[in-house]
Amino acid sequence: MQTEAKKRWISLYVENDVGVLAKISGLFSGKSYNLQSLTVGETEDPTVSRMTISLTGDDKTFEQIKKQLNRSVEVIKVLDFTELPIHKKEILFIKLRSLKKDELEDVFRSASVFGINVSDYDKASVILESIKTESENDDVLRYYKKNFLSRMEAVRGGAVAIESVSRSDR
Amino acid sequence: MKIKGTQLFVKALIEEGVDTLFAYPGGMAIDLFDALYGETSFNVVLPRHEQGLVHAADGYARATGKTGVCLVTSGPGATNLVTGIATANYDSVPLVCFTGQVPTSLIGNDAFQEVDIVGICRNICKYAVTVRRREDLGRIIKEAFYIARTGKPGPVLVDFPKDIQLALGSDEYPKEISIRGYKPSTGVHMGQLKKAADMLANAKRPLFLVGGGVNISRGGEAMTALAEQLQVPVVTTIMGKGALPTDHPLYIGSMGMHGNVASNTAVSECDLLFSIGTRFNDRITGKISEFAKGAKIVHIDIDAASISRNIVVDVPIVADAKEAIEKFSEIASAPKHMGDWLERLQKLKEEKPIRMPEGGELSPQDIICAVNECFPEAIVTTDVGQNQMWTTQFLQLRGKSKLLTSGGLGTMGYGLPAAIGAKLGRPEMPVISISGDGGFQMNEQELATAVCQELPIVIIILNNSYLGNVRQWQEMFFGGRYSCTCLRKRKSCETWCSDPNAACPPYIPDFLKLAESYGIEGIRVTKREEIKGALERAKAKKNAPILIECIIEREANILPIVPGGNPLSEMVCEFKKEDK
Repeated sequence: MQTEAKKRWISLYVENDVGVLAKISGLFSGKSYNLQSLTVGETEDPTVSRMTISLTGDDKTFEQIKKQLNRSVEVIKVLDFTELPIHKKEILFIKLRSLKKDELEDVFRSASVFGINVSDYDKASVILESIKTESENDDVLRYYKKNFLSRMEAVRGGAVAIESVSRSDR
Repeated sequence: MKIKGTQLFVKALIEEGVDTLFAYPGGMAIDLFDALYGETSFNVVLPRHEQGLVHAADGYARATGKTGVCLVTSGPGATNLVTGIATANYDSVPLVCFTGQVPTSLIGNDAFQEVDIVGICRNICKYAVTVRRREDLGRIIKEAFYIARTGKPGPVLVDFPKDIQLALGSDEYPKEISIRGYKPSTGVHMGQLKKAADMLANAKRPLFLVGGGVNISRGGEAMTALAEQLQVPVVTTIMGKGALPTDHPLYIGSMGMHGNVASNTAVSECDLLFSIGTRFNDRITGKISEFAKGAKIVHIDIDAASISRNIVVDVPIVADAKEAIEKFSEIASAPKHMGDWLERLQKLKEEKPIRMPEGGELSPQDIICAVNECFPEAIVTTDVGQNQMWTTQFLQLRGKSKLLTSGGLGTMGYGLPAAIGAKLGRPEMPVISISGDGGFQMNEQELATAVCQELPIVIIILNNSYLGNVRQWQEMFFGGRYSCTCLRKRKSCETWCSDPNAACPPYIPDFLKLAESYGIEGIRVTKREEIKGALERAKAKKNAPILIECIIEREANILPIVPGGNPLSEMVCEFKKEDK
């Protein structure tokens, strides 16, 4: 058993009902488990929602979390994605304001280098849309924070993940 | 045929075989009570407070093995259940609790007597759900009973809005259900059992540790047979007590914080701890790094989440206790190299029994031992604190006897209402409630329920005029600073008092006058010679409770004690108050 904490990924199938999100997040807070991100949305079956949860913890705590999730009546299935080939992406929006003309140009250039979209802009403002892994989004965010911290707004969606079909980890 | 939600509710209870409903009315449950009016298929019991109600349902469930069923109104009716639901949850007691709720159109409006009871109870019950559509009602009730009683049993809350109660819908109550997120484990992993059998056959100092799970699964007889077959000694947790008759030669005692020397020594020295149906909580293990240090550990539990949570185990087995015990007995063989392990423990048990200091007029030991003599088979309930520990230490459990106690949550006020529920469920058994004077006052209003239901329960109050367990800790670990533990203390008393003395104000209430006001007999016992006479009088009661107040030494302590954070091997067996 590993005693050091590492990053974990769980995908949960849950009942698409009132209170299920509260049940799952309450389980984490009530038992003092550290939760990093949680996303939830309806699946192809409207009675089922799927959550993608990321957390950092040691093996023992993580095993306990999976067991606690499994014993919840509202949870249909728990998938541990930590060691599986999966696709995972997060959406990040960055809004930059009060940009001078040369700054605006620089933002367009950097966006193109990072491979992220400019989804909206006017003379002095721009909205960037980045769909990448969480750590790539960390890098993107770090870059813009360095130059525009007082003139920016950032919002992150948390990651969603799905198993690979070709077995290659993306 | 179309029927109202309230009518389907009554039909569902009948189909579930409910014989007793613990119910307290109110605005958002009045339609349900109307549907119950004149219903003769089951007994509707009206307690005096919803906390008493849910503890009574809990006592009924523990005594009978059936599911306890509660019905209360919304808002305060629902919130008054909370402590009882948590109590049942920690001790795995099957309950289905129906709470009235404001109409769905008003939910979220801060309507009169509206609370989000599902939100409040989510983390203290097995499952909680609001019925939002009339067509879901039958399925939800069926699921509630199924979830409550299967797997690791527990309380389920069904929140029942008024408009759903009144809505017309199908009269069908489902026969079968399947819940995709809930599949209690069945069967036993034979490979793991064989591994455990090999370890047991080769162990030199094997020990069975039996927890509450064995009693819940009704596995006591199978456990006794297994221990006899293998001649392996057994210790229990408090919740496991009674799985083996307490006078059985293989029974070493109940272990943990207030266990006897022999059983805690057994756990510390064993080389194979074969544990069944326990979650190894802190009162059981003492200092966790020292717990059963040299031992391999086998752990059987119905709840996968209980395994390897507090202690790491070598052979985990997820299974129902009784089923696992029976399967195990088919493949297990007796340990070959036990030497004098069993004899050593039996000798230690005899040499170092739990014994209270002699002298004084009346000790808790005198009282519990008299109960043992007068009631060879009985259901005994306790409150929480010293009364609970003394009862666990001295009570003999044989035959159909049972001990009902709030082991996990430790809820004061549990004893009296639980005894009421137990007697309603098992009228043929003597039922005795043993409380302290503090805990008794937390639900004393339930005396009225016992009288109205004509229940001949025996109510014993151990009165030391203190919240004794906390007082003991204050004496032992806080330099005798009796902060808010004296129940005789009045405004006129010296502010910082640390001794009972002749000037102490009289105790209130006068329990005999309280008994009188409920129209029942009360006896005050102050000497050990008087206790049996009182119990004999109690035995003669046919349809009314009796209250026996025992005045015990004010500063009596529970010993031995493993102080919190100490290993089990470091027990304090004697304690003398320092002279000031």
